[in-house]
Amino acid sequence: MNVLERIEEKLMILADAAKYDVSCSSSGSKRKNTGGIGDASSSGICHTYTEDGRCVSLLKILLTNHCIYDCAFCVSRKSNDVKRAAFTVEEVVDLTMNFYRRNYIEGLFLSSGIFKNADFTMERLLRIVKKLRLEERYNGYIHLKTIPGASEELIQEAGLYVDRMSINLEMPTEAGLKLVAPEKSHDAVRKPLQFVNTKIQTFQNEKKLIKHTPTFVPAGQSTQMVIGATPENDWEIMSVADEFYKKYQLKRVYYSGYIPINNTDTNLPQIGTRPPLIRENRLYQTDWLLRFYNFSLNEILNPAFTQLDLDIDPKLGWALRNLHLFPVDINKADYQTIIRVPGIGRGSAMKIVSARKYGSLREYQLKKMGIAYNRAKHFITCADSVTPLGFKYAPQLKNIILQTGNSKYKQEIAENQLKLF
Amino acid sequence: MNYVFDGSYQGFLCCVFECFEMKEWHAVPVAEGLFQPDIFLPERTIFTDVDKAQRIQNGLKSKFGKLIVDDIYRAFLSEDPVAWQAAYYIMVRLFQGQTDVLENFGDTQVLYFHQTLKKVSRERHRMKAFIRFSKSNDGLYYAIIEPDFNVLPLILSFFRNRYADMPWIIYDVKRKYGFYYDTVAVSEIEIDTTEQKNLQSSSLTIALDERDELFKRLWKQYFKSTNIEARRNIKLHVQHVPKRYWKYLVEKQR
Repeated sequence: MNVLERIEEKLMILADAAKYDVSCSSSGSKRKNTGGIGDASSSGICHTYTEDGRCVSLLKILLTNHCIYDCAFCVSRKSNDVKRAAFTVEEVVDLTMNFYRRNYIEGLFLSSGIFKNADFTMERLLRIVKKLRLEERYNGYIHLKTIPGASEELIQEAGLYVDRMSINLEMPTEAGLKLVAPEKSHDAVRKPLQFVNTKIQTFQNEKKLIKHTPTFVPAGQSTQMVIGATPENDWEIMSVADEFYKKYQLKRVYYSGYIPINNTDTNLPQIGTRPPLIRENRLYQTDWLLRFYNFSLNEILNPAFTQLDLDIDPKLGWALRNLHLFPVDINKADYQTIIRVPGIGRGSAMKIVSARKYGSLREYQLKKMGIAYNRAKHFITCADSVTPLGFKYAPQLKNIILQTGNSKYKQEIAENQLKLF
Repeated sequence: MNYVFDGSYQGFLCCVFECFEMKEWHAVPVAEGLFQPDIFLPERTIFTDVDKAQRIQNGLKSKFGKLIVDDIYRAFLSEDPVAWQAAYYIMVRLFQGQTDVLENFGDTQVLYFHQTLKKVSRERHRMKAFIRFSKSNDGLYYAIIEPDFNVLPLILSFFRNRYADMPWIIYDVKRKYGFYYDTVAVSEIEIDTTEQKNLQSSSLTIALDERDELFKRLWKQYFKSTNIEARRNIKLHVQHVPKRYWKYLVEKQR
């Protein structure tokens, strides 16, 4: 086999093994081009999208898929019979630079199976990052996986060269994790997250006093949880996410619907089970409500209401449980109240608040501004609203919205529903 | 009153000047190529005067800030006559003293202006993402684009900053002009028609770098490997990467 075919095969194996890491964001860093090549775009750029509709921003590869661990949910686990491969440091650098110069990618996402031990793996990853930054004078985006259990010296040094670091929680709860990966624990994740977060804060504080402080993980940290492999409910999942956002100031928590890869472990969903895509979507929506819409977790999920509705979005679900807060008068309510109306996003809310200074807003104007009027109309009044006759109860309202709406999930949910007869 | 201008940005700004000079508040600017005489409306040809255009430009900048100047220019690049009229309407209102006209989203023209800006900005962002360079054997990176709007001027600084250490050409085949960066400065280029033909035909006259084909192949391989078959969602894929861009995307070539 010649060199070209070998590298193509390696790329096939190691990109395939890395694709279950869903993080693709290339945003949040403002690294400038200082006399070499590349810079980071603070809003991030998705250079293409795969046929499953996920964005491809970074060259996402494993350094190797050899691994000493045997986690039931992972393709690269020790006991799995798959082809193994490993890139050399030079190969990764060459691939990254040539893809980058052709504007295929926004940067590198580098992860790895654990070979020998954590420090050995981390040291190898660090070598690639340093070669890119120092020898190739590359200033593009780098997302590096922190290897749990690696020494703090190595992690700190890596932090000086990369834009984002992340460690995956894998399963939302400790109990779930023990079920499928007895060798791993949440503590092993918390410790490095905590360490990097403290360092980020220290560097940021120093930056306020000394201008030429080097950047340290400027795009922050993220983590990922697998959904649907273990029996946690949505409330448990979101509580963990909420805690991690607050405690470690994470930029993102990713939720990854479990895709069955084997039938050997009976604890896990078997091959042929559809990945829980709708549930995953609802969790992301909840995540957004928490971070950008000033919702607190117990408004959306709480011990009494532990599972999100699949057929309606979480904001609509919340509104239907809190009908006493509606209708909201679009021409009088403040911004914070308006963004809580189902069907109105932050952009439209901003437009509404800005536009109503020039006169009371009417229905045709709201429609043009791009709100989901079909959903929102049940929860708002505007200048020319007709007073509705009678009160609609939540289930009634939900039915009307579902029947008049055109949800992309309509078909799928209908298929998944159990039949009575 | 219809103002017929030559279709250039300067000419467009001159229409605003004319409007204030003649106190014709209901005039509408129309580009030469798109103009159809109207039996009920008088018309006047506006001659492009760089000084007048500059005065409008400076006035906008000093009174209302650089951001508004940029926005007007971006709306102009949309090449959409309706957006031009909206931009013109906004400039006239601004100079008349209605300084907060841009916040009135209830006004159809203002809303259309903002929506156009959004569209242009989206196209600009897409071009940053979808441009694919090929490397020729003398080390030049070149790319061909066909954007919906004339966004090439808006992405130059991005590419100059990012790819500062390599020479590149980005050429817009739809509007027949491009830019060349020689690792020091960016300059505008035009290719004559015979060369143009060569560019469009599949047999490129530019000799490629020997490893260029390899990296194209590797990129296609990566694109295939990173896809998760169980999550297949072509509708979403096409929504993000509309088919009209596939022509120049390496990963979408057979």
